[in-house]
Amino acid sequence: MTSSAHALGDVLAVESDPGGGFTPPGIGEFYPEVLTSFSVLGVGFEITRITIIAWVATLAMIAFLVATVRKPEIVPGKMQFIGETGYSFIRDGIARDVVGPKGLPFAPFLASLFFFILANNLMAIIPFAQISPMSKFAFPLVLALICWVVYIVVGIKNQGLWPYFRDIMFLPGVPKPMYLLITPLELLQNFIVRPFTLAIRLFANMFAGHMLLVTFALGATYLLSVGNFSAVFGPISALMAIVMTFFELLVIFLQAYVFTMLMGTYLNGSVEAAH
Amino acid sequence: MSILAAESANPLLPPFGEIIVGLIAFAVLLFVVVKFVAPRFEQVFQARRAAIEGGIERAEAMQAEAKAALEQYRAQLAEARNEAAQIRDSARAEGQQIIEQLRAQAQEESARIVARGEEQLAASRQQVVAELRGQIGSLAVELAGRVVGESLADDARRSGTVDRFLDELDQMAASNPAGNGAVQPADGANTGSSVYVPEGKR
Repeated sequence: MTSSAHALGDVLAVESDPGGGFTPPGIGEFYPEVLTSFSVLGVGFEITRITIIAWVATLAMIAFLVATVRKPEIVPGKMQFIGETGYSFIRDGIARDVVGPKGLPFAPFLASLFFFILANNLMAIIPFAQISPMSKFAFPLVLALICWVVYIVVGIKNQGLWPYFRDIMFLPGVPKPMYLLITPLELLQNFIVRPFTLAIRLFANMFAGHMLLVTFALGATYLLSVGNFSAVFGPISALMAIVMTFFELLVIFLQAYVFTMLMGTYLNGSVEAAH
Repeated sequence: MSILAAESANPLLPPFGEIIVGLIAFAVLLFVVVKFVAPRFEQVFQARRAAIEGGIERAEAMQAEAKAALEQYRAQLAEARNEAAQIRDSARAEGQQIIEQLRAQAQEESARIVARGEEQLAASRQQVVAELRGQIGSLAVELAGRVVGESLADDARRSGTVDRFLDELDQMAASNPAGNGAVQPADGANTGSSVYVPEGKR
């Protein structure tokens, strides 16, 4: 994405007058200026606007959820209905239907994952924030590592230490020589690939989405400012930015759901013995 | 934008501080959801299910009640029908009995009337026989007087008189034994009537 943005920027720079030139958005988008920094036990903390956005998103989601359950009633009000729908969506759709009959205890965890990712993702299109903390690799990585620990621990607890690893390494019903090929693949897939794909899928989607929006938005303002024929492309670029914002909204929900859904399938593998 | 320092940064190598910030943010949300949001939602789901199940149970109870009432009503109806049939039967039987009784009574009455009629008939016959006996005597005397009075003047007339008298006597003799023998209610009435038409039958 960055390379294509650069390419676009180069094209535009050549066409416009050489004096100004178009500065394409770069990786710096994700490293805003540090507002304040401190260090605790040797770990440096840099508070940037993305950090603040993450906290605002998280607190807003908490406030919303608490508001929906403040006065729970059998016949839900509008607020409660929205919260309930979201929670039931994960509880019934993933915890019960994907993880399986033993999945309901994981509903709060899965719902938290979904709500957390959703709230932070939504920041990508909320005016003035307009960047998702999930486009910083740290956030998806944290979630993926938590999931990694959870599904391994749940697997060991449910099936026992040895049976859990045995079933992953030696799939039942596979011819013995095939283990030479399958065992390393399975180990790689279950313990290394899974958390990284989880993290990178979410990160890359939000990262690319942000770059896309910024490129069109900056392109529009630049094209309108050049003062020559290129200005007619300005509105098109602006329109694309708007269209892409709606597309981004879809991606926001989809990625939150996909992350939670995949965690549900991993948990399903841990809760139920391999077959 | 502070591009200068960041341009070389690798987006896949996040600073440790950021990871901790993300961890804490998620932990806070997780805590609130696990401790507060999820239990309340579960409570609501439970309460809703209970309410719905309660409603269903109530409806089932009502249905059962209605069914029981219907059964009871049907039983009562059948009982009433049974009773009505019984009453009808007994009424018919009673009517039959009354008719039988009346018929018997009527027969008795008619038999009594017939018997009384016969008694009277016998009595009047007795009376008639007694009267005739007396009359025959006087007639015989009268005839004898006439026979003696007329002398022998006209033979033919005399023989005619005698013949007439004898005919009369014959008639009397023929009717007397027959009338005495007839005492049966149906037949006696018939024979009686053929002989004594005028005053014998009433």
